[in-house]
Amino acid sequence: MADQTVNQGIPEPEGTSDLITTNYEIGQDNVEGSVGPFGFDVHNPVFLISGLTIVAFVFYALALPEQASSFFGWLRPALTSNFDWFFLWSANIFVVFCLALIVSPWGSVRIGGPDAQPDYGYVGWFAMLFAAGMGIGLMFFGVLEPVYHMAISQPLGVPSPIAEDGTLIPENVEAAKQMGLAATIYHWGLHPWAIYAIVALALALFTYNKGLPLTIRSAFYPLLGERVWGWWGHIIDTLAVFATLFGLATSLGFGAQQANAGLEHIYGIPNNVTVQVILITGITGIALFSVLRGLDGGVKVLSEINMVVAALLLVFVLFAAGPANILGDFVSGLGAYAADILPLSNPHGREDTGYMQGWTAFYWAWWISWSPFVGMFIARVSRGRTVREFLTCVLIIPSLVCVLWMAVFGGAAIDQVLSDPAGSAVKAQVIDSYNPPISLFAMLEGLPLASITSTIGIILVIVFFVTSSDSGSLVIDTITAGGKIDAPVPQRVFWCTFEGAVAIVLLIGGGLPALQAMVISTGLPFTVVLLLMCWAIVKGLMAEKRAAS
Amino acid sequence: MFKRIMAPVDLAHLDKLERALDVTAEEAKLHGAAVTYVSVSAAAPSALAHTPEEFKTRLGAFADQQAKTHGINADAHAIISHDPSIDIDDALLKAIRDTGADLVVMASHTPGLADYFWPSNGGNIAGHTSASVFIVRDA
Repeated sequence: MADQTVNQGIPEPEGTSDLITTNYEIGQDNVEGSVGPFGFDVHNPVFLISGLTIVAFVFYALALPEQASSFFGWLRPALTSNFDWFFLWSANIFVVFCLALIVSPWGSVRIGGPDAQPDYGYVGWFAMLFAAGMGIGLMFFGVLEPVYHMAISQPLGVPSPIAEDGTLIPENVEAAKQMGLAATIYHWGLHPWAIYAIVALALALFTYNKGLPLTIRSAFYPLLGERVWGWWGHIIDTLAVFATLFGLATSLGFGAQQANAGLEHIYGIPNNVTVQVILITGITGIALFSVLRGLDGGVKVLSEINMVVAALLLVFVLFAAGPANILGDFVSGLGAYAADILPLSNPHGREDTGYMQGWTAFYWAWWISWSPFVGMFIARVSRGRTVREFLTCVLIIPSLVCVLWMAVFGGAAIDQVLSDPAGSAVKAQVIDSYNPPISLFAMLEGLPLASITSTIGIILVIVFFVTSSDSGSLVIDTITAGGKIDAPVPQRVFWCTFEGAVAIVLLIGGGLPALQAMVISTGLPFTVVLLLMCWAIVKGLMAEKRAAS
Repeated sequence: MFKRIMAPVDLAHLDKLERALDVTAEEAKLHGAAVTYVSVSAAAPSALAHTPEEFKTRLGAFADQQAKTHGINADAHAIISHDPSIDIDDALLKAIRDTGADLVVMASHTPGLADYFWPSNGGNIAGHTSASVFIVRDA
């Protein structure tokens, strides 16, 4: 224990916030020391166990590649097809729970106590929400998904407007177009943001209002009590580190392949492992630079730059593709989303299992496996907001932005496919053959200034990767330092580099698909964790209200 | 010669600061200068405090205790930062301006290999301020 005269123990609660009284002292399980000249301050045993398990799984995937890929290749679809109802219903519960909190009296509770001031202005805050949570996905799926759902996956049995011979079936066009947008918006709207909001709110509440360390286990205090500081907590934190690091590393590996495909498509740069390793090294290098510039000088600045560039690209596509058409798509897409959200959210009696299990349940598992990372990052930057303001800004506004994004990029792509099916590059890359990484660039090809906008697209993809890698390193470092956010900087450098190294090893040795399937499989246990978090949030907010009255 | 001394402190590692704190007090008495104890923390809970307010109270108590022990005139200046590990140097430089200190007394480790990559806070501060800087090495 620390020297009590230095007064390191957690003091008695004070003020109107309902601080949790615990004898646990932040950092009490930490080991401080140095490796050579570099200092460290890490949680024992979370740091060591997470690090070693990650190395062990990488070895497993490399040593027994066929076994690993057949096992995880079986596991992921098995989970999404057997537990589709569980994923869909849980996500529905999260949305309803968040919407109910917005209108409930608990909405007035302020994160960080009644007198807390917001740490970040709206612009920086929004930029960071997108950069950590979704930017990369919007780039990748903005064109692919609307076109695919319109023409191929036939959600809710809405028939495709494109016949086998490639000609249009005019009577199917309008309904399929709307469903393509609605079925995509459903995956990028209220449901994913509700998933992030739950984790973020639980962590923010238990950290800034209850005084517990900023780490995933803290949200379980109402449930587990003092046991969260023991093995229960170690397991929760280790799982979170595991899902975050592998989630980032596999995305980085795939992202490098996508960026390479884009570079080949536009500049004819060869598509091979060497170029991809160079890309990963470059992205990790920029991320390291950003890590060393800190939260305000690194992630925040890059996020803001990216938000501006993404907004410019959005405006360009909007005007180049015809604002009247696209705004019409926005309105009709939003209308279709509102009309179809209930049937799309209902897992029972559906025949479109390809869409429901292959896309929806897969997405829900994916968002949920990312939620510890994104949620914790959002929590860290959200101090000073009321619960109502927090949920409006983390749930409603990002959902609307995603609707707009999908309407513009998807709407422009759908218009290209429908107006000239034979000559459309989007149709060639998404419908005739399935080349997801090219889809965005295929759509941009149909607009003016394609070489400039495609280059901007590649830069956006790369910078979104940098911000994810940087914020991910911050989150992993905080969890493995037992919730300390002022641990020595070399630790963040270690995690950022480790993530790049894991991505490179998996890229060269194979095993990216297997390990990504594994990450998505962690979505199932985390769904249970998120449901428990809802209960913890209610308990926490009730105590805040009692303290205030 | 000096009117106000700024003494950056890390309340979590006071054991390593003993020499620097003694030097601070001696300089203060020698020049009849007031001392401002400065410390940087994040808004998130730490081992020291749950909330920024608690952190300020704690630093204030520390300054009072130093004043009493050494018979000097002292106050406290708490800085809340988003990312203390990275922001500390800039935060301290701003604190020098805000407090109007003309002498900074701070502890620093003996330089080693790592200082080529991460220069010590003391070295960095001395390189960027017009105030005098007294760096106190470990014993």
